[in-house]
Amino acid sequence: MSSESGVEAKSGAEVAAGARHRATGTRMSTGRAGDRIFAGAARGSGIVVLGIVAAIGAFLVWKAIPALQDNEASFLTSEEWNPNAAPPRFGIAQLAFGTVMSSLLAMLIATPVAIGIALFISFYSPRRLASGLGYVVDLLAAVPSIVYGLWGLAFLSKHMEGISKFLNSTLGWIPLLGGDSPGKNSIFTASVVLAIMILPIISSISREVFLQVPQDHVEASLALGATRWEMIRMSVLPYGRSGMIGASMLGLGRAMGETIAVAMVLTFVPGINWHVLENGGSTFAANIANSFDEASVTGRGALIASGLVLFVITLVVNMAARAVVARRKEFV
Amino acid sequence: MTTVSTSKGRPGAALTKVSTGRRIKDRFVQVLVYLAFALALIPLMSVLWTVVVNGAKRFDLTFFQFSMNAVGGRDAGGGAYHAIIGTLQQVLITSLISVPIAVLTAIYLVEYAGDGRLGKVISFTVDVMTGIPSIVAGLFVLALWLLTFGFDFSGFAGALALTILMIPTVVRASEEMLKLVPNELREASFALGVPRWRTILFVVLPTALTGMITGIMLAVARVMGETAPLLLTIFYTKVINTNPVDGAQGSLPTFIWDQAKDPNQNSIDRAWTGALVLILIIMLLNLAARFVAGRRRPAGR
Amino acid sequence: MAKRIEVSGLHAYYGGVHAIEDISMTVEPRSVTAFIGPSGCGKSTFLRTLNRMHEVIPGARVEGKVLLDDEDLYESSVDPVAVRRVVGMVFQRPNPFPTMSIYDNVAAGLKLNGVRRKARLDEIVEESLRGANLWNEVQDRLSKPGAGLSGGQQQRLCIARAIAVQPQVLLMDEPCSALDPISTLAIEDLIDKLKTQYTIVIVTHNMQQAARVSDRTAFFNIAGTGKPGKLIEIDDTSKIFTNPEQKATEDYITGRFG
Repeated sequence: MSSESGVEAKSGAEVAAGARHRATGTRMSTGRAGDRIFAGAARGSGIVVLGIVAAIGAFLVWKAIPALQDNEASFLTSEEWNPNAAPPRFGIAQLAFGTVMSSLLAMLIATPVAIGIALFISFYSPRRLASGLGYVVDLLAAVPSIVYGLWGLAFLSKHMEGISKFLNSTLGWIPLLGGDSPGKNSIFTASVVLAIMILPIISSISREVFLQVPQDHVEASLALGATRWEMIRMSVLPYGRSGMIGASMLGLGRAMGETIAVAMVLTFVPGINWHVLENGGSTFAANIANSFDEASVTGRGALIASGLVLFVITLVVNMAARAVVARRKEFV
Repeated sequence: MTTVSTSKGRPGAALTKVSTGRRIKDRFVQVLVYLAFALALIPLMSVLWTVVVNGAKRFDLTFFQFSMNAVGGRDAGGGAYHAIIGTLQQVLITSLISVPIAVLTAIYLVEYAGDGRLGKVISFTVDVMTGIPSIVAGLFVLALWLLTFGFDFSGFAGALALTILMIPTVVRASEEMLKLVPNELREASFALGVPRWRTILFVVLPTALTGMITGIMLAVARVMGETAPLLLTIFYTKVINTNPVDGAQGSLPTFIWDQAKDPNQNSIDRAWTGALVLILIIMLLNLAARFVAGRRRPAGR
Repeated sequence: MAKRIEVSGLHAYYGGVHAIEDISMTVEPRSVTAFIGPSGCGKSTFLRTLNRMHEVIPGARVEGKVLLDDEDLYESSVDPVAVRRVVGMVFQRPNPFPTMSIYDNVAAGLKLNGVRRKARLDEIVEESLRGANLWNEVQDRLSKPGAGLSGGQQQRLCIARAIAVQPQVLLMDEPCSALDPISTLAIEDLIDKLKTQYTIVIVTHNMQQAARVSDRTAFFNIAGTGKPGKLIEIDDTSKIFTNPEQKATEDYITGRFG
């Protein structure tokens, strides 16, 4: 470590000398002005970023208001979505239900698997393979959502039908898994696709947290005669707990905003259906993608209004997740 | 109490014995953990396999030479030329806008902001931006560019939406790379009387460059597959439109979306081939990014 | 319950690096053996081979024999987990489990080994904390986190944790190097008390400490950077510090004292 930074420092001096050569002559005249311009540009860019986010909130609100004023139904509690009708009637109840339900299920499915993957890569796989294996899992994140949608529609949903029927017949007494007609284009199928999509983010954040577990703590439990699992339970999991919770919440936020894969997999059926194995349901994002083509002026406003709600929900989830992840820094 | 006594009496057994229960639990968890990893490989393999197998059918010259102009869902032939052109143009514009903003923002955060209030606010904003659902980025450009300013659907509008998604990724990646540049390097330069901006431009940036390029390539690969925001901003067209600022434009993701919704087998085949081409481009970018990052490692870290 | 350790022909490697070469020695039970030597001479590595903690580091391996009362720790049938139960260890930096209370820290090893009964746990926890000279200071805050204690108290907590499972041998890897002089003194007193029950091996940088606490001292040295560490000599502490056999030992000791 120290020798490497020494090398860096030396080459740094050389680079700096090079910079000075290029700078000589003009340095005295442009030093101050150059600094001011460059610093201004950097600062300005930061402010642009700030402005963009502020503008997103502002414009969504502004463009949503007229549609909301024309709305004859209750925006928050109605399950209808007919913003193109006269008078327009639309509410987000079904969309909110579908979004929250599908993402929560996805999180529940993905979290244990993702943590298992992170443990595998961090503590079980041969050290030399670790980064390669991590890359393989990251490949899951590189596959675009449209491809997951296509795959989910053409391949996964066929296989999900059998699984759904099995779950329904064996665990049908659980209200969520009940219903008479388990299908393949259900919220459950969407959740499985979402779970696959959020696996990499949850596992890579968990892996980062595991990497930070101090070797001291690991050795403390091993020296007491702990098996590998006991070491993980005593030293790794308690240390990484808030990080893992934060990671799965970030996954939840990601799942909530996911559009195309869900839009392709779900079959729209109006109304809230608690039986997640049955076809139907919709989410904020999927509804926007599916309804945009035929949307009237009010229809677009209604979609923007629903997008605003999605924005706020994901914002809250993400901020909470980051707060939880940050809490882990208090340890050490 | 059991263990405390076992270790006393029989010397031979002390070193070999970990209770069966503990050993089984340890093994059980090990199996679970291996299974979890295997479970992640299944969808990955399955996705890649189905895309390659189904996509191979229409992976022909026609696909790369023709658009969908006057090709119906039921017709064979047709291609994604218009979509590939559109995607490349949109991603290029997106990069041209977002890279300077993002890199300068990262420079501000690392080199100038210090512990200041503005730096914290901007850093928080970048976090917020990272979490913005892609469809919301599309809605924003719709609300601003199309509904407020009155512009038409266009490739450029799509690029604006993608910019919102690309900026935070590039900011974070660049920030990380800039932070890796050792402080001695900056000090060495300051000590020679080089002004700050020249130090950053000619000392800090070159050191962090390869890492930043990797980050940018990964970000490009990520936004290239985005579909949702494009639906609201570039709309669809079946014809070749090489002007990204004039009217609806094609793109690979929307091409796949459009073709997949058509129940005819010929359309579905085209959707798969579109997916194959998209994945190939994205994987190539990923590999290239890895290559760039790998070349850097021996010297840098 | 203390056992004798007999090491013969021991080599340790980190990947391709030969860390220690051909070490043979006997560590007597119910005594304190100190390892001294310059940085990088392999004394900590050697210590870690005595409870198979060495192999926790990826790529690390060991050749040779370590007999604990006739049982070879490196026999293929031996489980390293069981070895570490019998040969306890205290580290350079105090490392109590940060999320556990003082009580749970001490009870951690017992719970692993299936001691569940509350009364029994209470008893051993108190015994161990008393054994580590910590009971009086913490008895009224056993449920508070162990991380809230001072450095010296934390180190004694770690010792209590290690002796709670009643090991045969206690290895200490520079246990005082992160502590102030008063805490160091407390630990040294403790070592003196513990040696009536345990075989203790301590690695130390501090030669006065070796002279104060140990009965026997082993001097390790290294021929040059990149070369493996070697045992130069081991003998009674008084002999090592007054009249060592080897010139290298004398140089090291006088150099440091002088």
